[in-house]
Amino acid sequence: MDAILLQILNGLDKGSAYALIALGLTLIFGTLGVVNFAHGALFMIGAFCAVTLQRILNLSYEEIDPTQTDFLGNPLVVKVPYVQAWFGPEMGGSIIDWSVPLAILFAIPVMIFVGFAMERGLIKHFYKRPHADQILVTFGLAIVLQEVVKYFYGANPIPTGAPEAFRGSFDFGVLLGFDPNAIIYPYWRLIYFAFAAVIIGGVFSFLQFTTFGMVVRAGMADRETVGLLGINIDKRFTFMFGLAAAVAGLAGVMYAPINSPNYHMGMDFLVLSFVVVVVGGMGSLPGAVAAGFLLGILESFASMNEIKSIIPGIDQIIIYVVAIIILLTRPRGLMGRKGVMED
Amino acid sequence: MFGLNKKDTSLLLVVAVLTLFAPFILNPFPTESGLAQFNAGYPDLMQRFVIFGIFAVGFNILFGLTGYLSFGHAAFLGVGSYSAVWMFKLLSMNVIPAIILSVIVAGLFALLIGFVSLRRSGIYFSILTLAFAQMSFNLAYSVLTPITNGETGLQLTLDDPRILGVSATADGSIPVTSLFGLEMRSTYEMAVAGWNFQFSAGYYLCAIIMLVSFYIAVRIFRSPFGLMLRAVKCNQNRMRYTGLNTRPYTLAAFVISGMYAGLAGGLMASMDPLAGAERMQWTASGEVVLMTILGGAGTLIGPVLGAGFIKYFENIFSKINDNVLHQWFGFLPDGIEDFVVFIIHPFIGKGWHLTLGILFMLVVIYLPGGLVEGGQRISRLFKKNKSSDDGAAAKTTPAE
Repeated sequence: MDAILLQILNGLDKGSAYALIALGLTLIFGTLGVVNFAHGALFMIGAFCAVTLQRILNLSYEEIDPTQTDFLGNPLVVKVPYVQAWFGPEMGGSIIDWSVPLAILFAIPVMIFVGFAMERGLIKHFYKRPHADQILVTFGLAIVLQEVVKYFYGANPIPTGAPEAFRGSFDFGVLLGFDPNAIIYPYWRLIYFAFAAVIIGGVFSFLQFTTFGMVVRAGMADRETVGLLGINIDKRFTFMFGLAAAVAGLAGVMYAPINSPNYHMGMDFLVLSFVVVVVGGMGSLPGAVAAGFLLGILESFASMNEIKSIIPGIDQIIIYVVAIIILLTRPRGLMGRKGVMED
Repeated sequence: MFGLNKKDTSLLLVVAVLTLFAPFILNPFPTESGLAQFNAGYPDLMQRFVIFGIFAVGFNILFGLTGYLSFGHAAFLGVGSYSAVWMFKLLSMNVIPAIILSVIVAGLFALLIGFVSLRRSGIYFSILTLAFAQMSFNLAYSVLTPITNGETGLQLTLDDPRILGVSATADGSIPVTSLFGLEMRSTYEMAVAGWNFQFSAGYYLCAIIMLVSFYIAVRIFRSPFGLMLRAVKCNQNRMRYTGLNTRPYTLAAFVISGMYAGLAGGLMASMDPLAGAERMQWTASGEVVLMTILGGAGTLIGPVLGAGFIKYFENIFSKINDNVLHQWFGFLPDGIEDFVVFIIHPFIGKGWHLTLGILFMLVVIYLPGGLVEGGQRISRLFKKNKSSDDGAAAKTTPAE
């Protein structure tokens, strides 16, 4: 029982990342009808926003510390980050420590800008072109973005720590009456899950409860009619693209402490998120979220030793097997709408 | 000739001349000259040109004719490589059985994957093929290690049985791949007044196989079967409404292109007998998509051009470094020279993929027909200039 619970918990953080990326993909697909292969790159850019902010906060000048000496007896030269000089060591230290959560604030405008630039600059010209062309051009864009990041940040993963306060683990088992140390779960993963839940809830309520969201939903159902009513639907859809980019970026920012960002993390996640979108049903937002968590949890179950000893290698392929089975038995995915992407 | 019309025959002859005289054509600069780094006429690179040419021609039979965009073709290439290396390990170092086995195994594998994937079309098909390829890649890395040797890659060893050959040569080393005794790596060098031309047995084997497979592709493009595939691309629903089951045709196209990929994988292993799982990764599948689109999907010569283009520039761009740039721009004043080198620096050496990505995007945006369309546009431009009073001259038929 505790093993099962542990696997569910383990699946949640990966599932949250899948769900967030798949949500953005579906938003773009549902509104603009564009298959965005560069969405993984947006996730990666988000993670590198965290890296960048951490580097900015750690910018420092050198100062001679008279109270300390090095092993030769000379006065010691210490590096003092500017932030600590401005806000005092106490406050500055904690600002640096909290760089990943702070990067959320930094990432939102950056990602919205990147999203706008992508939509206006490139994707706008591909609405009328076949899906294959959209896949190809965004695939090219993904390569370019990835290589640009590689050029500036190098090919190695860059460790980006969570705040000191969240580095420990939480003994979940005690809370539910199991033995201590039976279910141990890092705090940051819990936070990631909660964060994902907030974002997903926010996006859904934005679409459900605001006038803007209502118009967007109407546009998703019938773009032409909404346009005929005198509403500038293109502008709203561009905004939705920016929103989707921001969702992917935030997923990336918060994922940085879980997995050190490297330049190809976007591509790794992209393939899986596409599988998630297709399993959930092209164009269905709840489907994308549900499939994201489902596949994340299934993946962590498949990596249990008990299951691996029955079917060796299942942990490597479970997602794809599920995708193939679902696509063949339920062609529209779990919650797909009729008439989406069917030629 | 060979059952082709005049235009196709001349196309085939052009390709034949290009491939057979490649050691000369790709070696235009004398060895000692400063431009020698642009030479591509050495066996290893030329083999890659033709092998990836075969791969792209096969991919084009599926994507160019039927419009089904497969993102998992590298799996067939990988399977082909593995089966060829196993043939070298178990049977003999002769390349013929290895290549035959790799084609057959890749064909069977394609039949299996195609049978499942072709139930869906559009993006679903792309995702399904991608899923299958990633599955094979992950399995090759983990559970199938006894067959694939995991991360190290499958290699020949001294204690392989090799029933029809020898486990080890007289001097105790691993035997090399050969065609009835003609070693694949044997190279004849011809030095002519500063030029150094290399003729490799392996290259010529690949080139001849490539010509044969190109010829088969031409025949497929011109056959009623090819016409049927084009009809599928044009409007599959209409085909279905006329009471025709399109799936056998698409499946046949899928299997044929899988066999081409297997052939390419087998040849790759024949030239250099090792096989690794990274050949099956989806980025490798992406590469053949890039080649085909860059050259021109749906045209005959396009994929070959695209494969050659990408492999040539990959090789050349990776070799250029800052020192070379400083040499080139040495005539500029110092400050400007450094600035120019600084601007170009991200695009060369390890930055080749950046250049490739930008190039690819530009092609998709402005030249959906690829290099072939670019060539046509240029030739049209010249024709217009020559006979500006004759408007009909502008309407040239696409020279596939």
